[in-house]
Amino acid sequence: MNRTRKGKQSSRSLLVSWVPYFLLILSCIPVFLINSSSAAEIVIGSKKFTESYVLGEIAKRTLTEAAIPAEHRQGMGGTIILWQALRGGQIDAYPEYTGTIGQEILKSDHASSLDEIRESLAKFGVGMTNPLGFNNTYALVMRRSEAQRLGVRTISDLRKHPELKIGFTHEFLDRRDGWRPLRERYALPQQNVIGIDHALGYSALANGSIDVKDAYSTDAKIEENDLVALEDDLHFFPNYEGVLLFRLNMSADAIAALRRLEGTLDEKGMTRLNAEAERTKNYTRAANLYFESGAGSPNTAGESFPQKLARWTLRHLQLAGFSLMLSVIFGIPLGIVASRGGAIGQAILGFASIVQTIPSLALLALLVPFPFFGISVRTAIAALFLYGLLPIVRNTASGLQDIPRSLRESAIALGLSPITRLWEIYLPMASRSILSGIKTSAVINVGTATLAALIGAGGLGEPILSGLNLNDHVTILQGAIPAALLALLVQWFFDLLDRVLIPKGLRL
Amino acid sequence: MPASLVSMSALIRLVHVSKGYADATALRSTNLAIERGKTTVVIGPSGCGKSTLLRLIIGLIEPDSGSIEFDGASVTADNVAALRRRIGYVIQEGGLFPHLTARANVVLMARHVGKSQEEMQSRLLELCELTRFSDNLLPRYPVELSGGQRQRVSLMRALMLSPQLLLLDEPLGALDPLVRAALQKDLKEIFARLRQTVLFVTHDLAEAIYFGDEIVLMNGGRIVQKGSVTDLREKPADPFVLEFINAQRGLASL
Repeated sequence: MNRTRKGKQSSRSLLVSWVPYFLLILSCIPVFLINSSSAAEIVIGSKKFTESYVLGEIAKRTLTEAAIPAEHRQGMGGTIILWQALRGGQIDAYPEYTGTIGQEILKSDHASSLDEIRESLAKFGVGMTNPLGFNNTYALVMRRSEAQRLGVRTISDLRKHPELKIGFTHEFLDRRDGWRPLRERYALPQQNVIGIDHALGYSALANGSIDVKDAYSTDAKIEENDLVALEDDLHFFPNYEGVLLFRLNMSADAIAALRRLEGTLDEKGMTRLNAEAERTKNYTRAANLYFESGAGSPNTAGESFPQKLARWTLRHLQLAGFSLMLSVIFGIPLGIVASRGGAIGQAILGFASIVQTIPSLALLALLVPFPFFGISVRTAIAALFLYGLLPIVRNTASGLQDIPRSLRESAIALGLSPITRLWEIYLPMASRSILSGIKTSAVINVGTATLAALIGAGGLGEPILSGLNLNDHVTILQGAIPAALLALLVQWFFDLLDRVLIPKGLRL
Repeated sequence: MPASLVSMSALIRLVHVSKGYADATALRSTNLAIERGKTTVVIGPSGCGKSTLLRLIIGLIEPDSGSIEFDGASVTADNVAALRRRIGYVIQEGGLFPHLTARANVVLMARHVGKSQEEMQSRLLELCELTRFSDNLLPRYPVELSGGQRQRVSLMRALMLSPQLLLLDEPLGALDPLVRAALQKDLKEIFARLRQTVLFVTHDLAEAIYFGDEIVLMNGGRIVQKGSVTDLREKPADPFVLEFINAQRGLASL
């Protein structure tokens, strides 16, 4: 009878002293998952707009069908971020446009030939496919019926119709390669030119308020609204030929696979895929359309929603879990030091508080320029780790400080060593406060981890981001609702953990 | 010759020990010898320095000057941890750790010095019997015990390693009168049975007279008089001695 009581008791104190190990092991799980999932995969990046997403999906599927494992990090940001990620090796390939490469990446002031561009890129260890077959440049568009009625096929044809009303975006009115030089080159006579928002311009075009507007040549709206792009017969607009950039040290198989896409996608085809993507809100399905019509490999209907949800959620938990583990590993010792007060204690609490005041977006942006971080999961985890630190440090410190002096002195007077006092007396007595700090961190991390998608780290932020991009509320909710549920679940899980980890004597 | 005899029987010896805090002197230069096998009661009004004296002996604070000897050896930073295991310490609220059961509180230190389960178990039952604490209550947590029960557990914890010295800092101060009377009686029996050297701090004269082989009366950070209760009554060293005795008597006669 006594023996069993004793057994129970020592297992209790054993359990309590294993709290930190338990949390460590618990949060180590995601590390293995991260490592295993990204092993030896080709990582495709894409910019934050529909066409880039679709091309990224096409590249991914092309590689996958060539039995090369590939991952697509959607919507990582703009040109410079993608370029740096490519050079830094965080991604292996991404879709780009020749005009952008010349002007924004190589910063050359004259139009370069493909060979010149390829030569310049090679210096950075980057290769370029031949054009995929479409040119996504500025175009002037008209209603198809109107163009046919007036016999307008090229921009030069506009000279014969000075009465046409024109509505351009404000950007196009001002650009170096915009309206003014265009009018000069073609000697266009139209006087009735207004500035109008891009999206509103399509409505204005449809109801006849304007007859001509500017557009991207592969814009899905062209097909959707039954418009026609006028041929740039004097070659005024620079070429924005779609290509794929890739790291030259990528395997020969992978390069060969990507090069099979060269010349296979014309403007009409690209426009159709963009339209499909915007209509269905599903980039994978749009990409599949390419394979069905082109190379003719029919199967795979893309990831189903449950599969996607599982992938997002798993990655989300990895991000939040791994960063939480780091916060616990560093937060508790820092909290112990901080609990002793003094200048060092003040400094620790001060640092943790300041980190907390930096907006999360700004913190991500601040970390990206560092070589170790860049555009990667590491950056997201580092930012989440820093956010998770304060609640744990503060609660550990205050939990320890709240232990009555008489009990501290009793522990000393008994003759327990400092380590034993900390491990068996002080930390278990502060366990409630420490656990509630960890809980706060976990909930914050699950919420903040949605921002990780901004730097291509995935998670439930991915649908939120593409939803924002497509202005599609359903897609946004596909990420937002699971993220909120996850936060509730985490809260509930920790409430349960309290019952196991907080010593019974403190719960009575 | 008599001087050496005295030094033989003193377990604790304070020589010119003083302690001050930023705002006040807690203990003026003090000499004191605690005799083996006797109960020495330190008494005096709040702030007289009696708790400081106790905290100096257990090494919770260090003296500004002077030296403290324990069993013939000078107390230093190096040996204070080892010496604490030879001293049992009971404070007013018991000082039990709330996250540990009564049993775990009592065996905590024994476990750390590597006592076997059998040894701890037999000592535990011995102490339960000694302190009149039912062993059925051992699996309970401190919050599940009454104030008197908690003080019995605290006493068991202090006695677990058979200390040479037992320090009690107002151990009965927070108990109601009935529980207090029962515990007083039990404590006195325990001290006698163990022939325990005890240093007992209280502010209650009746309690001091009940327990004290020797009474140390303190005031304003110094020892006013040391002796038996008869000495204090009949040969007061200072007008304060009479004043203190009369004040407490006055209350008692009400």
